[in-house]
Amino acid sequence: MDRMTLSIDGQIVAAEKGVTVLEAALENGIYVPNLCYHSDLKPVGVCRLCIVEIKGRGLAPACMTPAEEGMVVKTETSDIRNIRRTAAELLILNHHADCLSCTKNTKCRLQEVANYLGIDEKRLKRLRTPQRNLAIDSSNPFFDRDMNRCILCGICIRTCDNINGAGAIDFVFRGYNTTVGTFQDKPLLESNCESCGECLVRCPVGALSPKTSQVPAREVKTVCPYCGCGCSIYLGVRGDKVVSSRGDAEGPANHGRLCVKGRFGIEFVNHAERLTSPLIRKDGQFVKASWDEALNLVATKLAGYKGDQFAAVSSAKCTNEDNYVFQKFARALMGTNNIDHCARL
Amino acid sequence: MSFEAARQQATKEWKELQSGAVPLVYIGTATCGRSAGALRLLDAVRAELDKRKAAAQIVEVGCLGMCYAEPLVTVRKPNGTAVCYGNVTKDRAAEFVENCIVGDKPPADLVLGSIGEKSVPGVPDLFSIPALRPQVRRILRNCGSIDATNMNHYLAHGGYTGFARALQAGREKVIAELRDSGLRGRGGAGFPTWRKWQFCIDAKGDRKYIICNADEGDPGAFMNRSLLEGDPHVVLEGLLIAGFTIGASEGYIYCRAEYPLALERLRTAFGQMEKYGLLGDNILDSGFSFHVKIKEGAGAFVCGEETALIASIEGKRGMPRPRPPFPAVSGLWGKPTVINNVETLASVALILQNGAAWYAQAGTEKSRGTKTFALAGKVKCTGLIEVPFGIKLRDVVYGIGGGILNDKEFKAVQTGGPSGGCLPAAWLESPVDYESLAAAGSIVGSGGMVVMDEDNCMVDVARYFLDFTQKESCGECVPCRLGTKQMLDILKDITAGKGRPGDIELLLELAEGIKRGSLCGLGQTAPNPVLTTVKYFRSEYEAHIHEKKCPARVCKPLIHYRILTDKCKGCGLCLKNCPATAITGENKKIHVVDQSKCVKCGVCLEKCPRKFSAVECVPGAALQ
Repeated sequence: MDRMTLSIDGQIVAAEKGVTVLEAALENGIYVPNLCYHSDLKPVGVCRLCIVEIKGRGLAPACMTPAEEGMVVKTETSDIRNIRRTAAELLILNHHADCLSCTKNTKCRLQEVANYLGIDEKRLKRLRTPQRNLAIDSSNPFFDRDMNRCILCGICIRTCDNINGAGAIDFVFRGYNTTVGTFQDKPLLESNCESCGECLVRCPVGALSPKTSQVPAREVKTVCPYCGCGCSIYLGVRGDKVVSSRGDAEGPANHGRLCVKGRFGIEFVNHAERLTSPLIRKDGQFVKASWDEALNLVATKLAGYKGDQFAAVSSAKCTNEDNYVFQKFARALMGTNNIDHCARL
Repeated sequence: MSFEAARQQATKEWKELQSGAVPLVYIGTATCGRSAGALRLLDAVRAELDKRKAAAQIVEVGCLGMCYAEPLVTVRKPNGTAVCYGNVTKDRAAEFVENCIVGDKPPADLVLGSIGEKSVPGVPDLFSIPALRPQVRRILRNCGSIDATNMNHYLAHGGYTGFARALQAGREKVIAELRDSGLRGRGGAGFPTWRKWQFCIDAKGDRKYIICNADEGDPGAFMNRSLLEGDPHVVLEGLLIAGFTIGASEGYIYCRAEYPLALERLRTAFGQMEKYGLLGDNILDSGFSFHVKIKEGAGAFVCGEETALIASIEGKRGMPRPRPPFPAVSGLWGKPTVINNVETLASVALILQNGAAWYAQAGTEKSRGTKTFALAGKVKCTGLIEVPFGIKLRDVVYGIGGGILNDKEFKAVQTGGPSGGCLPAAWLESPVDYESLAAAGSIVGSGGMVVMDEDNCMVDVARYFLDFTQKESCGECVPCRLGTKQMLDILKDITAGKGRPGDIELLLELAEGIKRGSLCGLGQTAPNPVLTTVKYFRSEYEAHIHEKKCPARVCKPLIHYRILTDKCKGCGLCLKNCPATAITGENKKIHVVDQSKCVKCGVCLEKCPRKFSAVECVPGAALQ
C-alpha cells in the first residue's frame, strides 16, 4: 500500500495515502479533539474542534483535509486553542450536564474533549446559560432521544442516510433552534425510522440512549438467531441473563451492523411467557411434558400421514444444519416436497 | 433572421418609438414602483388619457433608483424633450396628464429633471441633480429607460453584442478581457472573476455548470432584484458569455421566490432568447449549446453562500460545506461549477460589449468599475445607486443621499448587509472599495448601505443584526450556531440593563472565536457589527453596562420620560393619551409621570405640544 510521510507537531509520521490529516494523526497516536468525525462516515467538518494549522494554508479542519506528502501540521497553537475553547465551552454550556445519570458517562466524546481542553468553571460563568428544556422523544420502543444532550454533530443523520439508507432524520429549523428531526418533526415512531439503532451506537454523547440495555458483566460472541443473514454479535451477560447485544465489527456478514431484531430483540430470551419445555394438550389444557414424551407423541401421530397429506414449515431461527435435516426428513421419510421456510419471504 | 438583422430591426424600432408623434410615457413599474402605487397610477393615467381622448404611448419600465421619489414617470414629447417626474401618485394623475403629458405646465413639486440632450427651460438635467451627479450608471444604464419585457429594447442598446464578440474571440480572449478589466466578484468577497472562471476551465469534468446567484438575502438590499426586473437580458447575456467561456452547456439561476416579478421577467426573457436563437442548441450557428433553468430559493439567507446554494439546487437542505474543494473544481452534482452574482454577470456583458479599457476607466486600481448599492436608513434620498469604486463615503451619504433626514447628526454607516461593519464619521472620507472597507473592519458585501443618525443606539443596532444572523445561521457548525446566540444573549442583556462588567471583553473574545472558527462566510462575518460598534462606539456600550444608560435613548429599560416642571402648562394631553395611565395631574397644574407604571412608549413626548416641549426622554432609568 502507498504510504506517505508528513510532519505533525514536529513528529515525522507515516500514513496511508488517501487518509485525512485527522486520520493520519489518530493512527499515529496523536489526539486531535473531534466530535463530528466517525470512521464509518464521510467527514463534514462542522464541530470545528479538529482545526489544525497547515503550513502555507493556515487553519483548516483536519477531518476534511487530505493528508499530503511533506505536509507540516500543527495541532496546538494559541489560535487553535482559542477557537477550540470557544466551541467547546459553548457546547458544554448548551449540554445537560447530568453526567452521572447518562448512559454514555465515561464513554462520552464530549467529556473526552472537555477533559483534553480543560474546561474552566469560572470562564463558563461569564457566559449566559441558556434556559432550555426540550422534551425527550421516547416514542421509539427501543431508545430515547434527548435533544438536551445533542451536540448536533450530524453523525446520526449521516448514519441513517448512508449506512441504513432510511433517511428518516435530518437537520430541521434554523439558527439556535436547529435540531435533528423527522419529516414534519413528528415523533420518531411516526417517521420512517426502522429502529435499527445504528445511530444510537455512533452517537458520541448521550442524546440517543437505549431504553433497557444494561452494562454486561461479560460478553459472549455468537451468531444472531433471528434470520438467515448470520450476523455476528456479542451478547452481553449479567449473571445468567442476556442483558445486551452488539454487532461484531469483525463479523463477515454484518461488519458490526445489526437490524432492529438483532440489536433490540434478543432479550425475548428473558421473557416470562417464553416456552422453556414442550406442552401437550390433555383434556383441553396444555401440560408440561418432557422432550421424549413430546417427540414420541408427534412421531406416533405423523405415522398416519404420507406424501401430499403432509407439509413442512421451518424457521430461520433454527440453524442451517437443523433446517437441512428437517427438509431431509420431509422428503425422504414423509415423501413430500411441500417444504417452506419463513426466510423465503 | 440573422442576429445582425435582428439588431438593426430593433434599433430601427427603438428610433421610431423615440420619434413618435405622440408623447411617450415611461412609468416605473418594478417592485419598488409598485409598492409606491405605480400600478394604480398606470391605471389612472390610462383612464385619464381615455377620458380626454388624448393619444400617448405608455411604456412600463424598470427602476431608475430614486426610491425616495417613487412613483417615477418620464414623459418624452414629440419635440424630443424628456422630463422625469417624481412622487406622481394616483391622486395627481389627472393633473399630471393635463400638465405634463397633454400640456406643458409641469408642477414644480413633481419635476425631478430633464433627460437627454434637449434641455427644458427651468428644468435641471436629471443626471446633474445631487442625487444622481456622483453616480456612474453603467450596470443600471437601461433600468428605468427600457421595457424589460421587450428584448428589442435591449438589442437596440448594444444588447448581446458582447456575447457575439465572445463567440468570435474565443474563450482565451474573453478571459484576457476580464483579467484586463479587473472585474472582481460582486457577491461580496471580491474574488477576481477571470480567475474563478480559469479554475473551472482548468478543472476536469465531462460537464460543467454556471450558476447565477440571485438569492439576494441581505435585509434592505434590492440591487439584484431591480436589475433583474429592469434589464434582465444584461444578466442573461453575462450568463451566456460565462457558459460559453467555461464550457458549460447548462446554467441555473438561483433566484429567491420572494422576487415574483424578477422571476416573471426572466421567464419572459428566456422565451425571447429562444426566439432569436440565443438559447438552446447551436446558438447563432456557433456550435455552442446552452440551456438555463430557474431554481427558486425559499428565502434562507445562508443559501446565498455558494456551497449552500449548490446543496439547495441539488434538493438538499441549504447548508454550506467546507472549502476546498471549491465549486470551480467540484460544485453542482460534483461537477466544476462557476457561481457568479447577478451584478458580476451584468458587468461581464458590459465588459465584452465595451471593452476592458472602457470598464477599467471607473474605479480604483484594485477595485475597478462601478458597484450598485442599496442606500437606505436615515438619509433624505434613499434608493438604488451606482457609483464608481473609490467614491468617498461622504459623497454617498451627503451627496447622493442628500444628507441626514431632518438634518440630524450622522452617526454611522453600515456597509455590506447584516455581516458588515458600522463605520463612524471619521470614515466618511474613506473611499468605497474592497480594501478600504476591509481595513475599516467592514465589507463591500453585496451592496447594502444603511445610514444611522444620532437617534440610533449602536448596541441596539448590533443586537438587531446579530438577531438576524443568529436566526439565519444554518445551525450546522458550532461557533456560528451557538456563538451568535451567546453574543445575542449578551447584547440583549446589555440593552436590557443587565450588562455585566467584562461583557465587552467577552463579546470580543467570542467574536474572534466565531470569526476564525466558523465554517462559512455567514459565521465568519456575523460578529462584524459587534466588532465595529465596540471599536468605534465603545462608550455607548460602557454607558449601557456601567451607568445603565442608553445615550441614544433607544433601549427602553435604560431611559425614562419626565415632565419638566417649569415647562408643563397642565394641558392634560399627555395624561389623556397615556396608554398606561401613568401620568397624573390636574387641569392647568403640573403633571407627573409615575415611573412604576410607565411603559416608555413615548406617546407623552409625541403629544406634548411643541410650543411647550415639556416632556423629555432622558438616558438612564428613573430614580424611584
